[in-house]
Amino acid sequence: RQDVLTVTPWLAPIVWEGTFNPEILDSAYKPLNLTIGVTVFAVGKYTRFVRHFLQSAEQHFMRGYRVIYYIFTDSPEAIPQAQLQPGRRLVTVPIQKYPSWQEISMRRMEAINRHVAEVSHGEVQYLFCLDVDMVFHNPWGPETLGDMVAAIHPGYFKVPREQFPYERRSSSAAFIPEGEGDFYYGGAVFGGLVRKVYEFTKTCHMTILADKANGIMAAWQEESHLNRHFLSHKPSKLLSPEYMWDDKKPKPPEIRLIRFSSVVKNYKEVRD
Amino acid sequence: RRDVLVLTPWLAPIVWEGTFSRDILDAQYVQKNLVTGVVTFAVEKYVPFIEGFMRSADKYFLAGHPVNFYLFTDNPEKVSHLQMAPENHLFVIPVQNHSGWQDISTSRMEIVSTYIHSRFQHEVDYLYSMDINVQLLAHIGVEIIDALVATISSWQFTPHPEDKASEPRPESQAAIPEGEWDFYYTASFYGGSVSEVYKLTRACSEGLMEDRENGIEARWQDESHLNKYLLHHKPTRLLSPEYYWDAEL
Repeated sequence: RQDVLTVTPWLAPIVWEGTFNPEILDSAYKPLNLTIGVTVFAVGKYTRFVRHFLQSAEQHFMRGYRVIYYIFTDSPEAIPQAQLQPGRRLVTVPIQKYPSWQEISMRRMEAINRHVAEVSHGEVQYLFCLDVDMVFHNPWGPETLGDMVAAIHPGYFKVPREQFPYERRSSSAAFIPEGEGDFYYGGAVFGGLVRKVYEFTKTCHMTILADKANGIMAAWQEESHLNRHFLSHKPSKLLSPEYMWDDKKPKPPEIRLIRFSSVVKNYKEVRD
Repeated sequence: RRDVLVLTPWLAPIVWEGTFSRDILDAQYVQKNLVTGVVTFAVEKYVPFIEGFMRSADKYFLAGHPVNFYLFTDNPEKVSHLQMAPENHLFVIPVQNHSGWQDISTSRMEIVSTYIHSRFQHEVDYLYSMDINVQLLAHIGVEIIDALVATISSWQFTPHPEDKASEPRPESQAAIPEGEWDFYYTASFYGGSVSEVYKLTRACSEGLMEDRENGIEARWQDESHLNKYLLHHKPTRLLSPEYYWDAEL
């Protein structure tokens, strides 16, 4: 691929269709007998997205690998019983429902962190934290595995750095000054080795709490904190927007394959 | 860099000038408090290269970061006067010479793996093996630091690189079936984390020993075995031939 950046200045690969050979990667990773974990949060009305998410994940996510879906929810009875491929299972993780959607979103870091410490560190080697209101359309495989993995936000991958919607108020712990920043990463997709995800979610949760104590909420909630963290602790692998697409956007030539994208929904209705 | 391949099909970056920011990488390296080692051999006719190598490596190899140089030589007296930068250390390890350079080349893998096990693993986090008959002409920095790192041989860019890669003795442990290799790597500069380099040198020395017992010598000695190993254990980072250019070409 000559049309896009495929390696960052700190020598982390940026995964695009055409940059990798899935067979070589499978032959390197399959023998390791890995179990890959996925966390999704289905709180309140968001439980309606679980069925389609799971169906598409069964078809496209880490085919041939052992997978555990961790569905964090305040209503376990609303989670559909799904038929899963062999070697794959689903676990519901009960969590508290917070009054506002922003709070629900930001508390994810704390919930994931606690769950890693208590449960998933012993069950999986790699963990991906994904938004549930999304669907897989094409393969998502071991090309995504790495120590610490972030995805480039579909709205900002061709935009100059000054226009990234970083938190710009210096009173916030997520503050990134003008002139700094590598990429704008999306909060809907991140992952990596389970201990790296533990460290990452802990730090994000701490900065979120610091802001709360100062009565401030970052511009894009935990996504702002995620970007702050990835500026000082650079990801070891980046996923192109193929791995976190927004179906409302027209597909540009650089995006040859959409693997994972958001479901069109009425934000107002579903967030109440 | 749009003119060269910067990523392998297994998503390992290929390091060329212009593909990285040494400042960002330096900051990451310093954060982790790492120590890197260099192992090199100077036996018999290679002894005159010691001075040139050590001076240039001291100046250009991971400048500003602590480096342990491990020099295996049969002529330790030749080295006593060398001055190193304050953050670097030179450890001279005496060895016996062997008849014929093929022999020392063969046991190099074994020596390195033995010393990693008994000593180096306790002293460094990353270890690189370099040939002594080179001079560094420019900075080689922390862009080389990764789990398993190999250098693409400058032979890769000649009209028929497969000629060098092919092993005419298929019974050799180093034999790679035709068309199956990814890149041809040079044995003159490779390295990585101490545990990965241990696994590599162990595997290669076992392959070399097995060939020896069967009375076979792979065409390019330890380089052939290195290439066989890296075919099945893909490097996590590749260095372009900028990092080691074979003067023979």
